[in-house]
Amino acid sequence: MKFIDEYQDSKLAKGLAGRIAGRSTKPVRLMEFCGGHTHAILRYGIRQLVPKTVEMRSGPGCPVCVTATADLDKSIALAHLPEVIITTFGDMMRVPGSYSSLQQAKAEGADIRIVYSTTDAVEIAKANPEKSVIFIGIGFETTAPTIAASIIKAQQEKIENFQVLSLNKLTPPVMKALLGLGEVKLDGIICPGHVSVIIGSYPYKFIPQNYGVACVISGFEPLDILLCIDKLVEQFENGQPRVEIAYLRGVKPEGNRKALQLMEEVFETGEANWRGIGIVPQSGLKIKRKYECFDAEKAFSGLLRFARNDKPVREPKECRCGDVIRGAATPLECKLFRRVCTPESPVGPCMVSSEGACAAYYQFCG
Amino acid sequence: MNNSYLSFHDRARKNEVILLAHGSGGKLSHDLVEKKFLPFLANPVLNKLDDSAIFEASGHLAFTTDSYVVNPIFFPGGDIGKLAVCGTVNDLAMSGATPLYLSLSAIIEEGFPLGELEQIMQSIKATTEEAEVKIITGDTKVVNRGQADKIFINTSGIGIIPPGIDIAGANAKTGDKVILSGTIGDHGIAIMSQREGLKFSIPIGSDCCPLSKLVSEMLDASPIIHCLRDPTRGGLATTLNEFARQSNVGIVIEEDKVPIKEGVRAACELLGFDPIYVANEGKLVAIVDPCEAEKVLVRMRQNKYGKDAAIIGEVVNDHPRRVIMKTKLGPSRIVDMLSGELLPRIC
Repeated sequence: MKFIDEYQDSKLAKGLAGRIAGRSTKPVRLMEFCGGHTHAILRYGIRQLVPKTVEMRSGPGCPVCVTATADLDKSIALAHLPEVIITTFGDMMRVPGSYSSLQQAKAEGADIRIVYSTTDAVEIAKANPEKSVIFIGIGFETTAPTIAASIIKAQQEKIENFQVLSLNKLTPPVMKALLGLGEVKLDGIICPGHVSVIIGSYPYKFIPQNYGVACVISGFEPLDILLCIDKLVEQFENGQPRVEIAYLRGVKPEGNRKALQLMEEVFETGEANWRGIGIVPQSGLKIKRKYECFDAEKAFSGLLRFARNDKPVREPKECRCGDVIRGAATPLECKLFRRVCTPESPVGPCMVSSEGACAAYYQFCG
Repeated sequence: MNNSYLSFHDRARKNEVILLAHGSGGKLSHDLVEKKFLPFLANPVLNKLDDSAIFEASGHLAFTTDSYVVNPIFFPGGDIGKLAVCGTVNDLAMSGATPLYLSLSAIIEEGFPLGELEQIMQSIKATTEEAEVKIITGDTKVVNRGQADKIFINTSGIGIIPPGIDIAGANAKTGDKVILSGTIGDHGIAIMSQREGLKFSIPIGSDCCPLSKLVSEMLDASPIIHCLRDPTRGGLATTLNEFARQSNVGIVIEEDKVPIKEGVRAACELLGFDPIYVANEGKLVAIVDPCEAEKVLVRMRQNKYGKDAAIIGEVVNDHPRRVIMKTKLGPSRIVDMLSGELLPRIC
C-alpha cells in the first residue's frame, strides 16, 4: 500500500538495522520523546532489531500522561458545576484524579462528552446555547492550532458559551527542563514527528548546542524510526551532534507557518504544571487576554474555588508515572505495573492512555 | 412549544413516528405488529400470534442470545436489523449448529420514524431469508424519549448441532492450523467512519453477513474442526487469546498473512488503531487439524464469505495461554486481548 508498505519493508529494515549495528561501537542512550514512537517501537519490535549498544528510553510525550493531577482535579470540579457540559478526548475520562475521575463524575450525573476534535465541542456549544461547553484542551503543538482555530471560530460566530481549559503544553521547553535536570544522561533524542510538522526543526537547535545531545526528527513507521536511530548513532559516533530531519515527507525546517500563526494569535506562553516534572516556565499555552471570554480558567475562577473546596491534591501512592515520564524509570521498574496497575484498573495515567509508556509495555512486552 | 407539540402529533397521525401508544398493548400495538412486523416475518409458527411459539426440535440443540444497540443504526454495508440477525445466526454457527429459529424483541424510543423501522424490518427479512432461519416469536416495547437511543434489538436463536460435531474453545491442539475467513476490521472502521465527529469517507462497508452456510460447507469438507469463533468486538486478537486460554496452548500468527483491506489499514494508521483489535461481523477464525486445513481452506474460498480465507498461523506447545505475532519486520511480539476501548490517538 502506498505510503505504508514502503515504510514497513522487512528487507530495508534489516538493511538499516545492519547499518546501525555496523556503526555503533559504544553504548548510546536515546530517548523517544513521543508516546506514538514508544508505541511503534514496541509494536514492531524495533528494540529487538537494534544492537545491544543502543539503549532506548521513553520520554514525556503523552498528552494525557503529563497532565498534572491538580489540573485533572480542576477539570473534574468544572464538570460538577451546574449547566456545564465538559467535552474531552476519550483517554482523559479514565485518568484518576485525587479523589475522582471524569468517568466517575459522569456516572454521578455530570454531563461529559467524548469528542474527537475541538470543532465537535464548538458544535455542541452551538446546539446547547443555554449551557457552558468547556473543552479540556490537552496535547502539545499538534492539538494547539486546532484549538486556536476553534476559539477564533467561536469568536467569529459569537458562540459565547464555548470555553477552553487550556492545559496545552510545549515540547522544546520541557526538553530543556529534562536535560537541565541531568537525571538521565542522554546521547540522542528521537524528536516527535507530528509536533515537528507544526514547529519545524529550528526550535531544537539549543539541544545539540547547549547540551551536546543529537536530535533527529522521526516519522512513525518502523523504517522512519530505524532511519532516525541510524542518524542519531552516526552523529553520536562522529561526536557531531546536530538537528536533522529524518521525516522529510512531513517536516519542513520552518514548520507549518499557518498553524504557528493561529497559535500565536490566540495563545501566549506561560508556566505549566507537568506530572513528574512540576512547574516548567514558558512550557504552557495560555489564552491571550483578547480571547479571555473563551478561557474557562478565567470564566469560572470564582466558581471553581468554591467547587473544589480547597481539598489538597493527592498523588497515587507508589505510582511511578512521574519517573516514567522523565525517563528515569521504565514501566517494568514500577512495583504496581501489571500487579495492581492494569489498563482495566489503571493507577496512573501512563497506563490509561494508548500513548502512555506503561500501556505500551503492558500490551507488547508481556 | 405548543406548535412543535402539534406538529409532532400531526406527523404521528400520518403514522410517521412511533408513539408511546404503539407499545400500550392496545389497538395501535396490534396495528404495529400487523403492518410493520408480520409482513416481513410471516411464517406459520409466528402467524398464530399465540403467547409462545410452538415447534418440534430434537437432537443436540444450541441456544444463544444477544442484544444490539449499535450507533449509528444505519451504516455502510448494513443496519441494526441485519446485525441482529447475523450476530445470533453466527453465534449458533460457531457452535457448529444449523440455525433454525430466532426470537426478535425491539425496544423503540418514542418518536422513532416508522419509515426507518420499515427499512430495518426489510433488512431483517432479507437476512433471515439468506440465512434460512425463521423468526417465530417477538415482542415490542416503546419507551419515553431519551430512555433508549432510537432502537435496541434483542435476538435469541436455536439451532441443531449435527451428530459427530464437537466444536469448543477448549479443543485446540498443538499443530492445528489457524484459519481466518477474510479481511479484518471492516465492520469497526465502517462504523467508526460514521460516528459523530469522526466522519470520513471510505469505500468500505461493514462485513456484516450470516456465516451459517460457510460453516456448514466447512464441516462438509471436514468434521475435524476444533474451534470456531467470530471475532466481533475485541477483534482477531481477543478471539485468539480466548482460544489460547481455554485450550491452554500457545498460538503463533504471522502479521504478513493476515488479510486487511487497504482502506482499513489506511484508516487504522490515521487513527492509531491496530486492526487486530477492530471489530468484525462477518468473519470467523477456525482452528483445524493440520491434515484437514488445506481441504477446509479450499472449500471456504469457494464461498463468497470465505473467498479471502487464509491460514494465518498455528497452535504451538510453547508459551501456553499466549498469542505471539511474527511482525512484518521479523521480530515477534505478544498479542494481548483488547483492554479498554479503542480510542483515536490525540497527538
